[in-house]
Amino acid sequence: MNNSFLQEELIRESGVNPRKCMRCGKCSGTCPAYEEMEYHPHQFVYMVETGDIEPLLNSESLYRCLSCFACVERCPRGVEPAKLVEAVRLAAVRKQGNNSLKADDIPSLSDEETPQQLLVSAFRKYSK
Amino acid sequence: MQRIGVFVCWCGSNIAGTVDVQAVSDALKNEPGVVFSTNYQYMCSQAGQDLIVDAVREHNLTGLVICSCSPRMHEATFRKTAQKAGLNPYMVEIANIREQCSWVHKEMEIGTEKAIILGKAAIAKVHLNAPLTPGESPVTKRALVIGGGIAGIQTALDIADAGFKVDIVEKLPTIGGKMAQLDKTFPTLDCAACILTPKMVDVAQNENVRIFSYSEVTEVKGFVGNFDVTIKKNARYVKEDICTGCGACVDKCPMKKNPNEFNLGMDNRPAIYIPFAQAVPKVATIDPNACNMLKNGKCGLCARVCTAGAIDYTQKDEYIEEKYGAIVVATGYNPISMDKFDEFAYNQSKDVITSLEFERLTNAAGPTAGKLLRPSDGKHPEKIVFVQCVGSRCDACAEKGKEYCSKICCMYTAKHAMLTRDKYPDTEVYVFYIDVRTPGKNFDEFYRRAVEEYGVHYIKGMVGKVTPEGDKLIVQASDLLADKQLKIDADLVVLAAAIEPDKSARPLATMLTASMDTNDFFTEAHPKLRPVESPTAGVFLSGCCQGPKDIPETVSQASAAAAKVIGLLVKDKLTGNPCIASSNELMCNGCSSCERVCPYGAITYVDKEFRMPDRTTRMRRVAQVNPAVCQGCGACTVACPSGAMDLRGFSSSQIMAEVDAICK
Ligand SMILES: Cc1cc2nc3c(=O)[nH]c(=O)nc-3n(C[C@H](O)[C@H](O)[C@H](O)COP(=O)(O)OP(=O)(O)OC[C@H]3O[C@@H](n4cnc5c(N)ncnc54)[C@H](O)[C@@H]3O)c2cc1C
Ligand code: SF4
Ligand code: SF4
Ligand code: SF4
Ligand code: SF4
Repeated sequence: MNNSFLQEELIRESGVNPRKCMRCGKCSGTCPAYEEMEYHPHQFVYMVETGDIEPLLNSESLYRCLSCFACVERCPRGVEPAKLVEAVRLAAVRKQGNNSLKADDIPSLSDEETPQQLLVSAFRKYSK
Repeated sequence: MQRIGVFVCWCGSNIAGTVDVQAVSDALKNEPGVVFSTNYQYMCSQAGQDLIVDAVREHNLTGLVICSCSPRMHEATFRKTAQKAGLNPYMVEIANIREQCSWVHKEMEIGTEKAIILGKAAIAKVHLNAPLTPGESPVTKRALVIGGGIAGIQTALDIADAGFKVDIVEKLPTIGGKMAQLDKTFPTLDCAACILTPKMVDVAQNENVRIFSYSEVTEVKGFVGNFDVTIKKNARYVKEDICTGCGACVDKCPMKKNPNEFNLGMDNRPAIYIPFAQAVPKVATIDPNACNMLKNGKCGLCARVCTAGAIDYTQKDEYIEEKYGAIVVATGYNPISMDKFDEFAYNQSKDVITSLEFERLTNAAGPTAGKLLRPSDGKHPEKIVFVQCVGSRCDACAEKGKEYCSKICCMYTAKHAMLTRDKYPDTEVYVFYIDVRTPGKNFDEFYRRAVEEYGVHYIKGMVGKVTPEGDKLIVQASDLLADKQLKIDADLVVLAAAIEPDKSARPLATMLTASMDTNDFFTEAHPKLRPVESPTAGVFLSGCCQGPKDIPETVSQASAAAAKVIGLLVKDKLTGNPCIASSNELMCNGCSSCERVCPYGAITYVDKEFRMPDRTTRMRRVAQVNPAVCQGCGACTVACPSGAMDLRGFSSSQIMAEVDAICK
């Protein structure tokens, strides 16, 4: 299904121009979370470009991306797929109207070893 | 007062479709100075031109206005017509009522009005036109070819065969370029050396050709037909005319551990070396950064073993000045550096190599005598991964790579994959590609053979990263058609690195005032119709310095450039363009503004004596334009703060008259 309103929103929010993608698959070749993901970085780019966004919104892949930005670093065309993954994730979180991670949950989920960076990126991923 | 004739062309329906040509010729009849005005279906046809000639004779016309297509199309035609009618060809003005009028407007009324205005402007200009005569300059019948790769060699051979003298300047100790480093060549798989070295010998033996190896061009002055060039012959510490190329010195030199450039640093060479067995000229060269004698005054062994007495540790760089009529740039290309591509582990593992290194590894004269062995441990690789498009087709702002397709890598990768499978059928070969681009005679067939006959695994997708693990290279890549991420434990990874112009090309272009694109490839005068000429008169382009090319294309372009050079050198005199700048010495204050903006170096300054009103004389520095160099671009006329510079045929007063006519 083509959702052109959401498509425009995602493109605007992420600053990603999916038309720049040359479909080389380097992002998916580099992605460490590939096996965990149902839709892979290049598919995020392609599906947003074609407006086929619904499957992405409902996919667990949104929460499997590590936000490591390897795909952003390596994409030869400067497409920055992870920014698009993040935009879709935000759209999903916002749609559900609830944050998947609350500050109160943190003590039970972390210990002294947990790096600060993890908490930052977890918040970025799972909360509005 | 001029007697002006106006000729409005219909251009079939091209103009007449949106411009009322009758109304235009009627309206222009009433302009001051116009004594004749008409319109005709095709002004450029024989009948149309006859009409002009007859009108000139009948009405004693002194100036012509042709309202027709762009001057780029037919200005030359109508100037010839004027000449035939006995007029100076520069008494013709074109009003472009096609490209700039009928083609851009839809309504007859607007098109007609604009055509009349454009016609009036041209009439206003013709009133101020004066007859112009182009100057002449002699042609030096000798050509210079910069770069001695296959492009430079072919161009030089063709020029020499036509009977003209030609010099090749090559910065390395030998000519041959990259082709000398290749093993076999697609699409026919003939050995590069077998087809290249006979040409190198031909060029060396041709009495019309001189080769300046280990040399570079340091200064270019002058203009088409009359270039003055300074060539720096670097000291090689060996007398070129005496050295027999026996190689006794090379064997004896104790300073053996220097990276061998010819094998891309995969083995070593002594301080004194001959790049390869078929080098031309086949003479030794001492690397001053490696030789103990030149660095510390100790050794001198090579001089002792050289029976010919060719070694000369006191040799100095030599500067040669020569005149040329034409210059051909053939500076070629280089693979880009892989330093920034950390993901492919090029700097981490010796077993990640570039395709050019692969050529040396498979070449019988290479570091492994042609056996395909891993650089790290000398073992035979059982699994090889080729990666295409490394650094090619990148985003314009990506600082790592190039935006363009390097054009040759799809084909040479297919060649490498096929040859590997042919010689080592037990080796598994993978090629990762984004697209396989193989347009060219017998090219796609070649690639399909690699897949169908030789069983090379072509995988649509790109390698994401390469990680050295033990003695393996873990290649992580996507297989887009299978929607999988692959991990291949390879023994050797070969990167098809993008190619870029030689780094020396940019300063050379500045010296030649030849233009380049943003990638530092030389630009051609017209991408379709003048592909081997630079926009700078007398400078021609051959080979990869103009854009990525394979050998068949390089050689075709090289011969085409030679044809253009020959066409220039057969002329005894060149006719210039009379529409050039000239400075009014009384107004010039010698400020140098014009010199700074002139892209062709046409402006010089002279000190001249001027009589002052009080009868004293004073020396003043004033600008002078060299009419043979000036291309009439007009940059100086805009830069001149005192209004002393003007362009003949496009003077400020003529342009203002046009503007006034339009604004009236
Ligand atoms: C790995 C690889 C495999 C290839 N395989 C094939 C193949 O199988 N078949 C095929 O058709 N093509 C092949 N090619 C392409 C082929 O190498 C080129 O088409 C060809 O070499 C271009 O010739 P050139 O003379 O334009 O440039 P070059 O070969 O680069 O020669 C340029 C010469 O100019 C000299 N030079 C540079 N700057 C200056 C300067 N300022 N002053 C003086 N001299 C200068 C250089 O030293 C060099 O000698 C391959 C290329 C690569 C990288
Ligand atoms: S790496 Fe970039 S260009 Fe290649 S498929 Fe991914 S997003 Fe597209
Ligand atoms: S940012 Fe996400 S999609 Fe991109 S490589 Fe990392 S895990 Fe994969
Ligand atoms: S003098 Fe220099 S080049 Fe000659 S043998 Fe000694 S080190 Fe080698
Ligand atoms: S020729 Fe082939 S491998 Fe080379 S850049 Fe173009 S598409 Fe990529």
